[in-house]
Amino acid sequence: MHYFIGHLGHLFVIISFVAAIATAFSYFKATNTSDLSLKSQWLINGRVGFYIHATAVLGICVTLFAIISNHYFEYHYAYSHSDKKLPTYYLISTFWNGQEGSFLLWMFWHAIIGIVLIYVNKFWEAPVMTVFALVQAFLASMILGVVIPGIEFKIGSSPFILLRDALPDPIFKIQPDFIPEDGTGLNPLLQNYWMVIHPPTLFLGFALTLVPFSFCIAGLWIKKYSEWIRPALPWSLVAGAILGLGILMGGYWAYETLNFGGYWNWDPVENAVYVPWLVLIASIHTMITYRNSGTALKASMILVIMVFVLILYSTFLTRSGVLGDASVHSFTDLGLSGQLLIYLFFFVLIAIVFTTIRWKQIPITEKETAVWSREFWIFIGATVLCLMGFQVLIPTSIPVWNRFIEAFGGSSNLAPPADQLTYYSKFQLWFALAVGLLSGVGQFFWWKKMDRKVLLNELFVPIIASLLVSVVIINVAKTYNIGYSLLLFAGLFTFFSNLKILYSVLRTSPSLSGGAVAHIGIGLMLIGIMFSSGYSRVVSLNNTGMLISKQLSEEFNRENLLLFVNEPRTMAGYDIEYAGERVEPRNKKGYVDKNDIETTPDKHMVIARRDIYIDGEKIFIKGEKFEIFGENTFYEILFSQGGKHRFTLRPRLQVNEQMGTVASPDISHAIGLDLYAHVSAPMTEEAREDWKEREEVRVKRAKEFYVNDYVAVVEKLTRLYQIGDEKIDSTFVAIQASIKVQGERKDYYFQPILILGTNSRGGIVPDEIGDLGLKISLMNVHPESDGLTLGIQTRQKNWVVIKAMEKPFVNVLWIGTLILMAGFGIALTRRFREFSKMKAKGQE
Amino acid sequence: MKKSHIFIIIVIAAAIGVIISTAGDASSYVTFDEAHKMAADGKSQSIHVVGELKKDGQGHVVGIIPGADQVSFSFIMIDDNKTEQVVIYNEPMPQDFMRSEKVVVIGGYSGDTFVANKILLKCPSKYQDQKLNAGI
Repeated sequence: MHYFIGHLGHLFVIISFVAAIATAFSYFKATNTSDLSLKSQWLINGRVGFYIHATAVLGICVTLFAIISNHYFEYHYAYSHSDKKLPTYYLISTFWNGQEGSFLLWMFWHAIIGIVLIYVNKFWEAPVMTVFALVQAFLASMILGVVIPGIEFKIGSSPFILLRDALPDPIFKIQPDFIPEDGTGLNPLLQNYWMVIHPPTLFLGFALTLVPFSFCIAGLWIKKYSEWIRPALPWSLVAGAILGLGILMGGYWAYETLNFGGYWNWDPVENAVYVPWLVLIASIHTMITYRNSGTALKASMILVIMVFVLILYSTFLTRSGVLGDASVHSFTDLGLSGQLLIYLFFFVLIAIVFTTIRWKQIPITEKETAVWSREFWIFIGATVLCLMGFQVLIPTSIPVWNRFIEAFGGSSNLAPPADQLTYYSKFQLWFALAVGLLSGVGQFFWWKKMDRKVLLNELFVPIIASLLVSVVIINVAKTYNIGYSLLLFAGLFTFFSNLKILYSVLRTSPSLSGGAVAHIGIGLMLIGIMFSSGYSRVVSLNNTGMLISKQLSEEFNRENLLLFVNEPRTMAGYDIEYAGERVEPRNKKGYVDKNDIETTPDKHMVIARRDIYIDGEKIFIKGEKFEIFGENTFYEILFSQGGKHRFTLRPRLQVNEQMGTVASPDISHAIGLDLYAHVSAPMTEEAREDWKEREEVRVKRAKEFYVNDYVAVVEKLTRLYQIGDEKIDSTFVAIQASIKVQGERKDYYFQPILILGTNSRGGIVPDEIGDLGLKISLMNVHPESDGLTLGIQTRQKNWVVIKAMEKPFVNVLWIGTLILMAGFGIALTRRFREFSKMKAKGQE
Repeated sequence: MKKSHIFIIIVIAAAIGVIISTAGDASSYVTFDEAHKMAADGKSQSIHVVGELKKDGQGHVVGIIPGADQVSFSFIMIDDNKTEQVVIYNEPMPQDFMRSEKVVVIGGYSGDTFVANKILLKCPSKYQDQKLNAGI
């Protein structure tokens, strides 16, 4: 038992909590003291406090990681999130797999950003860091794991809790020092490279939103109502880029790993980051407006505050267990709901108090915003973004609403919309349309002084271009859906307008091109989204005509297809053939046919039944034991289009202990089109065991015969002296027949065994191959005639039900995302230069 | 009235519109009897019914009829009021369906059968506390 490291970790947690409170207090004093020498003393206190805090946070991370990487399974965190098989990079993702670890990740980023802020923004240090330290104190309290004596109230859930304290297993009563041999492992679904980089990116995005919020509160607090925007804006830009990137990484992971057929499912957990991001983007727009024309200050404040409050709200949604049945992948309830609510309300209260007290003093512009001004259009854009978020926020909050009603003794049976995808798309489409049009038009207003004539002049080329391209695409794709067609037009319009603007900006001032580039990215994203969902086509339409119930046949539009192994099917222009089940060796590249291996009690270990070749290279010899990814089965499916464009997809089924059986798609990426296929139903166990009555046939050695329409031959008979690891008693004789059966694509070998006892009954060990639907038993041998009796049983050949879809131009979405990020990058570079100049003048 | 006031009114109207549409499109948790009544009254919206699969004395699920081509199936579900109902699902059987302890079907009545568009499962492994695989 390694007690020390856990105690050390827990000590670090307590230090980080206490230090955060002390830091907040010191910085608070430093902000509110007018005496300069006292102020600088408090500042030093605060700074030292924050350094201690940051060191402690680093200490927690190091100790927790040491526990995981040294496999100290006496600790609950290591036991329930990792195992000895995991390679290092997945051990790292184990770190934030649990709820405690993800809080820790969040704190870690705050600590880093806090240190950066202390270094770069001396003027704002005291008030900004007060907010920072308060947030850190709340986060540290989430992993505190301290029980207040007397009232038995538990604060936080510690990642350093011992397994025996977390799991009340009887073994700990008998043997308190019991340490399990191995952990339960990381959810195999998360053993994916995106899960190594997606959570840190997302949490960095979360953490970054705290910076503009802190600056805003600081501005209200020390009555620098407008000055806070300049230092806050670059941070908002970074936050927008990182959070957006994190969200799309999650989308890409879902696209590759989950089987709902897309990258976005409007799951509450996804919505919980989507909404703050939209508002964050809106706040960036109002902040830029303010920096340029001095309008929209109050709006900027409200939006910046809203972003952070929404981040806190989404933390509450995903971690309090309130979503319960509404989401597949929210965290389990650690009993922190109360604490999370206090966290949320505390900062809501601070924000409300500061804004109401100072509201009257916040400067406003007297002049009315004109319709032809750029401020007006940007403000409209920001409003649309906020409403877009609001529309998602309301239905996502239905479970919260139900809880709320129940808390007051009522009852509410409101359920989230039945079909999330259709429901949200229906509304979001029109918001996206507005965003597309506005980011085209708005940009012209931004760069030029507008009146009717100039506007028409500017808009003429982009409108004509987008109209032409839309008409061409709509007619080529033959999808005449009004909504999608309009969205396509809007996306193209944004794209062309901003291309035009980019062209003129690049000639005059390239450093200002960030906005145009970012909006080009948005245009492409809209086009990509529209293509991949609007023009997605189910390839696996069921054309068998077999129905379960005649009365419903009208409504039945089944999109799944039953495939038997080695039986080609043609549909929607594709020749599809199911080639059978495969497993993946752990230490070799490639896939191995399940018919070629024998399983062992350990699901990760198998034995080769024959020499196994991959790409012509022999990788395992007959009888060799090797390791596989035991939880995964791949279903090899061959696609071709009239003999051309051959490709193989291997959608996966994973028996996942935490989540049940999970189907993951396999995707064939091409420039213009992704083909996406996943298993929708594997062969059932009942169907696998549904053997027909045994028929006996008498055959001769080395002479061909037919079984179930396949040509077969008994190649040899061998006497066995051991079966597997079992030695055979001398009172028994074991004979193994080697029978070659010519399948559609390759030869299969059956090796049934007959055991004859001299003074007791023997037995038969049949051999089966599911790809052929055949089970052969050796019933008897007749040495006198060189013949033998075989027992033949048949069933349906192995099958699988799949769903396949064409997703055109998904790549446009990913390319658009990258361009959007580039736009953020350019804008950021510009703001950073500005900041450096100001710093050189001593004004930051 | 200033333009900004008109603007605020429009935004508020849009927000209220969103809330009302949410309330209108939101589904609800009901029993089979209520769902049947709703269908009879001509309300065709999709609803959620919570229940479990019908099991025999030994705890085996009964009443499953797979479609001939394995891409659809029907089953018997018992809701919280102990009402039995045949449910048809237009998709292959979800993985782990048979070992689910609670089923939520989302869909509506078509005649006397309930047609599910979506099935949510609650499986024991996901909700029960894990057991220690002590291996001794």
